[in-house]
Amino acid sequence: MIQNVTSLEMPVDEEFRIVKNHFSHGKGKRICIVTGTHGDELEGQYVCFLIAKMVNEHPSLLTGSVDIYPALNPLGIDTMQRGVPAFDLDMNRIFPGDSRGSMIEKVANDIYTDLLGADMVIDIHASNIFLREIPQMRISEQTANVLVPYAKMTGIDFIWVHQAATVLESTLAHSLNSKGTPCLVAEMGVGGRISHSMCQHLVDGIQNLMYNMGIWAVAPSADKIGESIVCEGADSVAFINAQTSGVFVTEMHNDMMVRLGQTIGHIIEPLTGKVLSEVLSPCEGLLFTIRAYPIVYEGSLLGRIYKM
Amino acid sequence: MKVQTIFNMPSPYRDNFRIKAYSFGSGAKTFCIVGSMRGDEMQQQYVASRLVAMLKEAEEQNLIASGVSISVIPCVNPSSINVEKRFWALDNTDINRMFPGYDQGETTQRIAAGVFEYVKDFLYGVQLASYYLPGNFLPHIRLIRTGFEDIDDARLFGLPYVEVSDPKPFDTVLLNYNWQIWETQAFSLYAGTTDVIDYTMAGKSIDAICRFMWRKQMTTTHLTHRVMHDEPDTEECMVIDQSNMTSIKAPHAGLLLVSCVPGQQIKRGDTLAHIYHPYEGREICAIEAPVDGTVFFARNRSIAYQNTLLFRIIE
Repeated sequence: MIQNVTSLEMPVDEEFRIVKNHFSHGKGKRICIVTGTHGDELEGQYVCFLIAKMVNEHPSLLTGSVDIYPALNPLGIDTMQRGVPAFDLDMNRIFPGDSRGSMIEKVANDIYTDLLGADMVIDIHASNIFLREIPQMRISEQTANVLVPYAKMTGIDFIWVHQAATVLESTLAHSLNSKGTPCLVAEMGVGGRISHSMCQHLVDGIQNLMYNMGIWAVAPSADKIGESIVCEGADSVAFINAQTSGVFVTEMHNDMMVRLGQTIGHIIEPLTGKVLSEVLSPCEGLLFTIRAYPIVYEGSLLGRIYKM
Repeated sequence: MKVQTIFNMPSPYRDNFRIKAYSFGSGAKTFCIVGSMRGDEMQQQYVASRLVAMLKEAEEQNLIASGVSISVIPCVNPSSINVEKRFWALDNTDINRMFPGYDQGETTQRIAAGVFEYVKDFLYGVQLASYYLPGNFLPHIRLIRTGFEDIDDARLFGLPYVEVSDPKPFDTVLLNYNWQIWETQAFSLYAGTTDVIDYTMAGKSIDAICRFMWRKQMTTTHLTHRVMHDEPDTEECMVIDQSNMTSIKAPHAGLLLVSCVPGQQIKRGDTLAHIYHPYEGREICAIEAPVDGTVFFARNRSIAYQNTLLFRIIE
């Protein structure tokens, strides 16, 4: 059943709406699939489609509730902008919002209030247009005890338990987790694109999570659910940043093991034909992030390696 | 006047990205003024540039107190101003959400680190800041409550209002917040407008900074008034808490015609704006003042979304 989470008038003949699709069968637990907070991240669109399709095709297997929120930032998705157009705001920096605040703060609060009390929220992100990520769950250290066991149920490739910066307290996930509503943040793929296989992989994982939580009657076949790598500790991830501005070219892709000193790519200068810098791996490990957008300034993130 | 490039970074296809600081006088790092940090901060750019011109003249006339060093960084983000983008043009990140910065981090973290390395040891600092919602303010000083804020010093600018607010999580990465944590007495000065230059409000902001420099004995005279003795403030400085102001939001969306300006005294029931139907021309609603007071903030766009902030009123 399509339901309005919130709606507001736009200036010229348009209504702003956040909608969800509510499926319910039985009195079991409630899982919410949310995505589209950043308008340039599209992987979650296909995940929502696949989950809705799964429930539509097998409604009797549902033993609880599934709420699908495909677009928390519909204006951004519709105009291919990461933030909220006209407000130039990152929507994932204003939660839990404010019911008495201005338009977007109120919208954020309406979304947050609608999600509160769920037994599980999965907030699906897709990096941005600059970086390509392997499927992963990102979990702050404070919530690791609660969330890592759930994340493992999805069999996702990689679970990154990271330190929490104060600024991230205004994310949807932090706002929900701090009020006792468990929220897993999934990151995968690259902005502006949809990877079918990655999305299907996450859907299998969500199905397994639903099965383990008693929301879905059937588990996916065992071969679809692998064992997750859990990455913990402040020093367990090496960041590779551009040493020079230029054009980053690489033959590498993420999900590769790399050696200490191995060439990750080059930063080149088209005008002169010079190689401005060679990008080398600072350690041995799993390259789980790689830059997708070639133009770089000094400092641009080129890759992340889980030290193994 | 000394001009120093405090941050220099090659661009893939454009001229180098440079941040320049202008310094005046000699001695301890006393006062630093940071101008525009976002690409649409024209008012802030103008105010900072006028201060450079005035301080240059003051230095030539020996009006800067001995042992005092004053710096102005007119622009932290020339690259975005030149392409008319508010944030860092490549990835839309906000330099003013990256402090104190990280010199081995991402590009805007490195820029913030470069700026912070230069500004962090000053005794006093002012950032010419702008607000994320479009609108005009009465020029005022804003402080974040960090435990280090000094409201008495904020009054020395002589502006009618000092606004104090509790920090939100995203405030912890602002220049102002980190400046205070690093023990610079830091203030944000809102110069009235953002993307257009308003000479009257710019003049009040420049006056305020000159008054502060004089009252703190950084200059030997008030540079805009050229008086040797302190003048009484024309208005009493009121300290206001953001949470105590009356916010007026749009009950409906439509074309917005605002009929008041910041600073205007209003009575309960006065009409502050009208919202019109964009197709049919009829008035959808009139926005009336719910209280007596002074208009502190007024939206300056011609359209209103339902529930957008239109006005803030000081009762």
